[in-house]
Amino acid sequence: MNKKEYSEYVSKTAPKSKHLSTMFAAFWVGGLICCIGQSIFDTIQALLPLVPDDDIWAITTLVMIFLGSTLTALGVYDKIGRYAGGGSIIPITGFANSVTSPAMEYKREGIIFGLMSKMFVIAGPIIVSGIAASVAVGICYYIVSLF
Amino acid sequence: MALEIFLRYLQVFAVGGGICMLGQILINTTKMTSARILVIFLLLGVVLEAFGLFDAVADFGMAGVKIPICGFGSSLVKGVITAVMEDDIMGAFAGGMKSVSVGITAAIFFSFIYALIFSPHSKKV
Amino acid sequence: MKLGEQSYALENPPKIIAHYSVAGPVESKGMLGNFFDLKLDSDEWGEKSHELAECKMHHTAIMKALDMSGLEFKDVNAVMCGDLLNQIIASSYSAKDIEIPYLGFYGACSTFGEMLCVASLMISSGSFKNVTCSTSSHFSTAERQYRYPLELGTQPTPTSQWTVTGSGCSVLSSDGEGPEIFACTIGRVIDLGVKDANNMGAVMAPAACDTICTHLNDLNISPEFYDLIITGDLGKFGSKLLLELARERGFELKDVHSDCGSMIFNNQPQTIQGGSGAGCSSLVFNSYIIKQMKSGNLKKVLLVPTGALLSKTASMQGETIPGIAHAVSIGYRYN
Repeated sequence: MNKKEYSEYVSKTAPKSKHLSTMFAAFWVGGLICCIGQSIFDTIQALLPLVPDDDIWAITTLVMIFLGSTLTALGVYDKIGRYAGGGSIIPITGFANSVTSPAMEYKREGIIFGLMSKMFVIAGPIIVSGIAASVAVGICYYIVSLF
Repeated sequence: MALEIFLRYLQVFAVGGGICMLGQILINTTKMTSARILVIFLLLGVVLEAFGLFDAVADFGMAGVKIPICGFGSSLVKGVITAVMEDDIMGAFAGGMKSVSVGITAAIFFSFIYALIFSPHSKKV
Repeated sequence: MKLGEQSYALENPPKIIAHYSVAGPVESKGMLGNFFDLKLDSDEWGEKSHELAECKMHHTAIMKALDMSGLEFKDVNAVMCGDLLNQIIASSYSAKDIEIPYLGFYGACSTFGEMLCVASLMISSGSFKNVTCSTSSHFSTAERQYRYPLELGTQPTPTSQWTVTGSGCSVLSSDGEGPEIFACTIGRVIDLGVKDANNMGAVMAPAACDTICTHLNDLNISPEFYDLIITGDLGKFGSKLLLELARERGFELKDVHSDCGSMIFNNQPQTIQGGSGAGCSSLVFNSYIIKQMKSGNLKKVLLVPTGALLSKTASMQGETIPGIAHAVSIGYRYN
């Protein structure tokens, strides 16, 4: 077999992900995490009726990130991730997981050069792309608003 | 009343689960890693917010779109747009981080504290 | 004596006079659990980092194997060690307390085959008398180096493999009792353009096929000459590819082929395709295979450790992953 035939043969015969079961797992775990977020929002709203919605969402995010980090620290989040895949990656708790896990992993190389400098090896792209995109949107918005 | 709450949560569950399921389809078909998936969904939030569509989706999905990382992208853009309206061009640079400061700071702070205390656990099968 | 293109028949075949295996907790619960000499309850083994735990496993395997061989340090020409970590630190750090000259090897998961080839040629030529050959790997150290932090919640792809935690050591000697290494084939680096770092089986299968077919041609024998042709860590999918590739070159390996990676775990769902890692072939060889040979169940075995010569830098720059395999014939009599 030459290279082309081989890579075709490999991609044809390689075991595939089980679409239905992984999608179902992602669906219910992801949905559940969002429901937990909603219940936190509703609780805070009931307790502090005068606070504006945006601030309540900020508190909700804070609590969700706390939960994600805690589960990562206890060694539970990677088990959820193994089962749920996208269901636990995409919610904000997955972002917390991708910050906490390298921090824990690389602390053996020291606090400064391990923990602190490698904290964003996985989540870095999220911050960079998010900020770059938002600045671009802001500049476009400014230019449009001039006319 | 109880039915209303149930339906509300059903909405959140369906929308949030649906977004995560979309991500899972991407993972299954393109073997993408978690960082790429997160970036794609963040940019989805950015685009929706930039065209002013995010609020309409969020009115229906509530936490179902706010809790997934798209909510993070939308906050960034929302912060930028508000700041541009107040401070002109400087707002494009100042607004984004301001609006997501809680999330990023919380992630850094909790990660720092936990990493000082906990070490990675051995994996069993 | 050189045979054919890449093979050597050893006129003074070295004997494997002692062997020792140290297995991690997951491997100990696997299908070969009863064959391991030392089974660990924890993969940290009381050390402060997983890297140090791997060093300790490696060191223990060498020291215990030397103990069992009854050789004195001054009689051993060299300790040959290899592992997967950057700059093979698990090897060099475990050899620093052993007062024997040290040779470090790197051939990814094929390291054990590489050093058996070199060691047996050195002994056969008369330069060396006694050598130890050992490799190790560790799930937690390999994971952080080649993949992600342990606690990151990702889903393994359906072709991925689980790195074996453990270490195995063989002591080769020009005299003494034990199975002989009577021929070896040094493999070529083969690259059929696979880029997926999570599909090691597909990377290594063409290299394994090339080495096995060359070996059989060079020695002018059929696969049935061996009781067992055992590859290192192709995994279940890689084994399937190997059989298909070999069939294309006119060899039917189905009845004699088996794979260390596919047999080491007990089909635990997380291990997916099976085990991998430099420790995989040496752990299985130094426990199951050699004990089966000593009890007479296997007479002639072709051990083919396979390796994916992967680097995080190269694969992030979009390069394809080359594979390698070396073959070593082990048996009680060469005829």
